[in-house]
Amino acid sequence: MGIVTNNLSFAYGKKKALNDVNLNLTSGFNVLLGPNGAGKSTLFSLLTGLTQTANGTIHINETDLIENKSKIMSEMGVVFQQSTLDLDLSVKQNLLYYASLHGIAPKKALENIDIILAQLSLTERLHDKVRTLNGGHRRRVEIARALIHQPKVLLLDEATVGLDVESRLLIISYVRNLCLERGICVLWTTHLMDEVEPSDHLIIINKGEIQAHEQSSTLCEQHNVDDIYQLYFALTRNTEAV
Amino acid sequence: MNLNQYLYCCVGIVKREVFRFFQQRSRLFSALVRPLLWLIVFAAGFRAALGVSIMEPYGTYITYQEYIIPGLCCMIVLFNGMQSSLSMVYDREMGSMKVLLMSPFPMSFLLCCKLIAIAFLSLMQVYVFLLCAQLVDVDIALLGYLTAAPAVFLIAFFLGALGLLLSSLIKQLENFAGVMNFVIFPMFFLSSALYPLWKMQEASVWIYWLCQYNPFTYCVELLRFALFGQLDLTSFTIVLSTTVITAILALISFSPKFSQKR
Repeated sequence: MGIVTNNLSFAYGKKKALNDVNLNLTSGFNVLLGPNGAGKSTLFSLLTGLTQTANGTIHINETDLIENKSKIMSEMGVVFQQSTLDLDLSVKQNLLYYASLHGIAPKKALENIDIILAQLSLTERLHDKVRTLNGGHRRRVEIARALIHQPKVLLLDEATVGLDVESRLLIISYVRNLCLERGICVLWTTHLMDEVEPSDHLIIINKGEIQAHEQSSTLCEQHNVDDIYQLYFALTRNTEAV
Repeated sequence: MNLNQYLYCCVGIVKREVFRFFQQRSRLFSALVRPLLWLIVFAAGFRAALGVSIMEPYGTYITYQEYIIPGLCCMIVLFNGMQSSLSMVYDREMGSMKVLLMSPFPMSFLLCCKLIAIAFLSLMQVYVFLLCAQLVDVDIALLGYLTAAPAVFLIAFFLGALGLLLSSLIKQLENFAGVMNFVIFPMFFLSSALYPLWKMQEASVWIYWLCQYNPFTYCVELLRFALFGQLDLTSFTIVLSTTVITAILALISFSPKFSQKR
């Protein structure tokens, strides 16, 4: 179970955004770290099939994304950087709509929703309009939504950006627990280095190229640095990404 | 994916559109006010100036109000079709379009579900309008209400597909004003919605020919006959074929390769 890319490249016109990206991610918590404009969102867009490229291949759970997108989408949960909730609908209506897009019967969907919302401490907000929720709650609803169909791969694009410390901790610890309990493959895209733990599988991307692809503690040892901050700057030499 | 899963998906998309519609109460209000103004104010004035002679499917002389009822119903469908489809532009801008694209179901099926939702909402609004029309002495037989339903559904499918096609080409929601001026108004005015085509021919031959080539004319005529429990085969064939062609073009325009090229 996991994500494998081979020689993945993408360009916006003449500007190269990704250059020969090779990834091999297995189950567990994988962090994609990089400064703004490094190519994280482009890679995310390619992995979710929203953008297509003729250069390179993407296999998710050993299935080619182009050849069998339907199978992959049924096994993939995604949380986008930009909120994609319908503000005028309630939490329940948003979640049931998403469940229906995955062909889940309303009864089964409600069972799943009850469990997930309880885990995310959102049960009492079920009937509230999304518009009335704060940023942290909206993010939690988006994570709940991405999990309704019990995906094997979960992609989160800067899921904690703009949230307070408490919300960030809750979300990140919840997702880490998912990896342990369900053994799913999580790709956590971020530019916040304090979200990386020594046991995480770390991918550092800069200027469209993969700079490192290893367990973060191993990478620190290999580069003879004390922490992720030093590692990051050693590999990217990009000071604007603090 | 089995048949039940396709059904859950379709019902889910229709439900979402209905929920959204009722969340925007002003939308229902404006959808009804527009044709009612035409019926009560515009038609009352024109009733005195214009007479409509005996023509099919009417068996006798009719009032102008009765004549424009099918055209106003089609106006409701036209506005609803465009507005619902163009909400896809809003969805794209707000990012919620991505949720639809992450579904494992084929895009063609998802868009068909969207068209069913548009047709369902159109049908609902047309029936409310027809009930309101009773207040100005426009009587429609019970059979007419029943036979109008499939006609409205087909017309809504056509206009919804046209809206989808336009929404795939429009980059920003602000361009809706352009759609009003270049699509909705010409389609409506260059049709038999407000005047019979023979009257149009007396006034201007070239406008008459424009009306003849406007598929909206056949939508109006299809519904005019359907409200009398009759099928106008020519109109039905033209509306059906334009629906198929427009739907195919809309599906192509939403394919990832086509959208990425743009």
